[in-house]
Amino acid sequence: MILIPCPHCGPRNSSEFRHAGEVKPRPDVGTVTPQEWRDYLYTRRNPAGWTTETWYHASGCRRFFTLTRHTVTNAIRSGEAGR
Amino acid sequence: MTGYRLPERPGEVIDRGTALTFTWNGRPCTGLAGDTIVSALMAGGVRVFSRSFKYHRPRGVLTASFHDPNCTVQVDDEPNVRGAHRLLAGGMSVCSQNTWPSLRFDVKAANRFAGRFLTAGFYYKTFIHPQPLWPAYERVLSRFASGGVASPHAGHGYYDKRYAHVDVLVAGGGPAGMAAALAAAEAGADVLLVEEEQHLGGHLRWGGAADLAALADLRPRVLAHPRIEVLPDSVVAGRYDDNWIAVLQRRGLPAAGPVERLLKVRAAVLVVAAGLIERPLVFEGNDLPGVMLGTAARRLINLYAVRVGSRAVVVSANPEGDAAAADLRAAGIDVAAVVDARAGRTVRRAVGGRGPEGGVRAVELGDGTRIEADLLVVSTGWTAPTSLLSMAGERAVWDAAAARFAPGDGLPDGVLAAGGIVGDGSTAELIDHGHRVGAEAAARSAGAAPSPVEPLRRPPHPALFRTSHGIVDFCEDVSSKDIVAAVAEGYDGAELAKRFTTATMGPTQGKLELVNTIAVLAEAAGRDFAELGTTTWRPPYAPVSLGALGGRGFEPTRVSPMHGWHQAHGMVPLVAGQWIRPDHYGDPEQEARGVRERVGIIDVTPLGKLELRGPDVPKLLDTVYINSWGSLAVGSVRYGVMCAEDGVVFDDGVTGRLGEERYLMTTTSSGAAAVWEWLENWLQTVHPEWRVHVVPVTTGYASINVAGPASRRLLERLVEGVDLSNEAFGYMRVRTGRVAGVDDCLMWRIGFTGELSFELHVPASYGLHVWEALFEHGADLGVAPFGVEAQRILRLEKGHLIVGQDTDGLTRAVSAGLGGLVRLAKPDFAGRPELARSRADEAPHLVALQPIEQDVVPPEASQIVTGGRRIAGRVTSSRMSPTLGRAVCLAQVEPGLSAPGTVVTIVLPDGGTAEATVMPQLAHVDPEGARLRV
Repeated sequence: MILIPCPHCGPRNSSEFRHAGEVKPRPDVGTVTPQEWRDYLYTRRNPAGWTTETWYHASGCRRFFTLTRHTVTNAIRSGEAGR
Repeated sequence: MTGYRLPERPGEVIDRGTALTFTWNGRPCTGLAGDTIVSALMAGGVRVFSRSFKYHRPRGVLTASFHDPNCTVQVDDEPNVRGAHRLLAGGMSVCSQNTWPSLRFDVKAANRFAGRFLTAGFYYKTFIHPQPLWPAYERVLSRFASGGVASPHAGHGYYDKRYAHVDVLVAGGGPAGMAAALAAAEAGADVLLVEEEQHLGGHLRWGGAADLAALADLRPRVLAHPRIEVLPDSVVAGRYDDNWIAVLQRRGLPAAGPVERLLKVRAAVLVVAAGLIERPLVFEGNDLPGVMLGTAARRLINLYAVRVGSRAVVVSANPEGDAAAADLRAAGIDVAAVVDARAGRTVRRAVGGRGPEGGVRAVELGDGTRIEADLLVVSTGWTAPTSLLSMAGERAVWDAAAARFAPGDGLPDGVLAAGGIVGDGSTAELIDHGHRVGAEAAARSAGAAPSPVEPLRRPPHPALFRTSHGIVDFCEDVSSKDIVAAVAEGYDGAELAKRFTTATMGPTQGKLELVNTIAVLAEAAGRDFAELGTTTWRPPYAPVSLGALGGRGFEPTRVSPMHGWHQAHGMVPLVAGQWIRPDHYGDPEQEARGVRERVGIIDVTPLGKLELRGPDVPKLLDTVYINSWGSLAVGSVRYGVMCAEDGVVFDDGVTGRLGEERYLMTTTSSGAAAVWEWLENWLQTVHPEWRVHVVPVTTGYASINVAGPASRRLLERLVEGVDLSNEAFGYMRVRTGRVAGVDDCLMWRIGFTGELSFELHVPASYGLHVWEALFEHGADLGVAPFGVEAQRILRLEKGHLIVGQDTDGLTRAVSAGLGGLVRLAKPDFAGRPELARSRADEAPHLVALQPIEQDVVPPEASQIVTGGRRIAGRVTSSRMSPTLGRAVCLAQVEPGLSAPGTVVTIVLPDGGTAEATVMPQLAHVDPEGARLRV
């Protein structure tokens, strides 16, 4: 089980967190096209490499934060609060 | 029964003063305290412990360790016990496994003569055609499956879990492991030392005087060190990401406590000091009882004082073999020959005796010499158990000169290898290496930059794998001929040959047979050893009982403050997520009638409750609900529906405005946690500028719904300071006041049941008091409790949907009949782009159905079909309505079937059908809502 460096609580087991997926900015609802919206909902880069993703410390501080993780090695670069 | 016990040995672990009685296949036997099951049996003259997996050949001791493939036995109700590892206990009933009708007269031994039909891959070919016969094949094959008998009556047992956070975890308590643990502890690290065997010491335990002296020096210091926790008879089963390490503890647990304990350890540094495992040699007859490894002979003689034979031949390629020969002589066993493999001499064949338990009778050497002997001891090579290192991402490399695998250089900083797994050396050199690795581990755990530790040298060793055809995998009964046959069929890679022959797939998982498998494969395929590599080592390192993995449950349950009352009043419980709540109190239909006619009360404490405070709450509500919230006045409540960003309904509930900047949101009982997270997601990641604070108060309040025409009369007797009249406190309003003497109770006028009702949210510690006061003051009104089932009947009569039952993962708001609530005038809310485009004619519709046969209640999830076969919808809710005296349903149907008056066909479980009429509205009872607004 990998360790997730929570910016508020320190390193914790990943089972304390919910993985909320790749960071994907929410499009402007007023101008978004159907294609862009579907893209936002369903398309992910899913790289074999570095990816920036959101985690939610569900069994801890209940804060959302982003970190950059290598999907092959599980190496983690940083944790920062907020998206 | 003691004819095979030697005089006292210096390193023995048996207590000659304590005899233990047990049975072996029903026969009474005696052993000594400290014996393993197998050492006790051998001391009593038993030589055969099992029959082999496929050919049912008699098998005796091979390694005399946990991993001995031939010594798996049944102990009482427990199957697959490692007989050469498990300590003997008085009263044990020990039986052999995989034998029928008995160990001596085994019917399936006929497989030996049918061997040519049981070659590699035979079950892939023989039993495939014709396919319809497979069930018959399976019945026959299952009788031949090996393994013990799991009693269906055996208790689950108590299995425990533990978490541990240590600086250094040392896997293996031999000289290097003990030295590493001491060095790390002396440097200030907290150390967990895990040893697979019953005692610390590794090979020092069965060694000579110098080894025993080193053990006597090291072991007491390890055991006494305050920073070292020692777990004997425990095993590191797996290493996972970031040194998350699974340890199975089998001993050292409190009496009357758990049988086994699974430790989940997070270690800063893992030191793998697993030592070496002696490797068998492949030759004809190498699995006969009486053929054993040098370490096996030394363990049995030196630890348990067992006379392992009377006349021995020793094949030696290394100091271990020489020491075994010396031990045999010291034990008074006639050593007929020591065959020195370093000089190119070797063994070609072991000749078995006649009879069902025929063991070794003679040994045929490479030069053709034949020697009469009943014991053949073989020490021809070592395997480094690099499993844990491989799990850390490292690939072992083949050292041809030393004829063994060794750790490569791909280890992460948090994993180090120490001792024999790295290289060879004297006891002092192994201890020194362990010491240096332990010190480095402590430094790394304290944050120091990694500094490499000089590895141990690996002296040359003869490369001896096979001298004739024999057994390669003792667990799976795979011979070298099988591997040659696999290569001939084209399975010439390590992974392919493994799967085709099942070599390395048995309980020892390659520890004994991997190197020989690769060697035979390389030879047959004409390929290079190093190029073939190893098969993949995966967790667990050693078999782990399912009980330990299952462990004990830590799933919490939640109950309301009124739970005890419900139990005392005949509650039939319903498990709803974590909550245990009353489903009913005996007669749910009577409970429902009571609500329609008089007054009932229900405990709705599990209802999710979130208190929202701050000036921007209206913005949040407008964002998460599809309907409009801007105008909600203080003292009012409103029903709202939440959709996810894909427009699918995911929760509903009512939210009330208690004060200028104070709101209470209720959610479904099962959705409380998800809604909280959803709100936090919006507040933290999309609109961090909004000033809203969310506090979950689900269990802060006990929630009671008082429903029925007499509910107001009942509450008027208990409520002070709030006018409950319809004019002063109308439908969809909220008030705060005193109920049964309790201040700060919230009262909502809402009606899930369709009746005049008040929902009370009472400070939790007063919940039982208010609940009991309602009964005390309402006896003359006929007040009665009702449970979840009656509430479901009532809400179905009223046509109120339940999210997740009447909707599913594809139900958008329009499909659920909630399209009218969607407020597209709002510039933004969750799911808006989807809802703006979804059309009523493209998705199923939620409708009310009434079966034409009034007393036919189609079960929930019954299919609705058209044209006899095509599925066009399903019944989502159905009950017999006590109010109407007929069946009522909610259903999802295709748009073409949703017009009122349409007759649809429902398929019943017995294959028959029922017709039902689509109703003009979802409510079966009181569609105008007159009963709510009185």
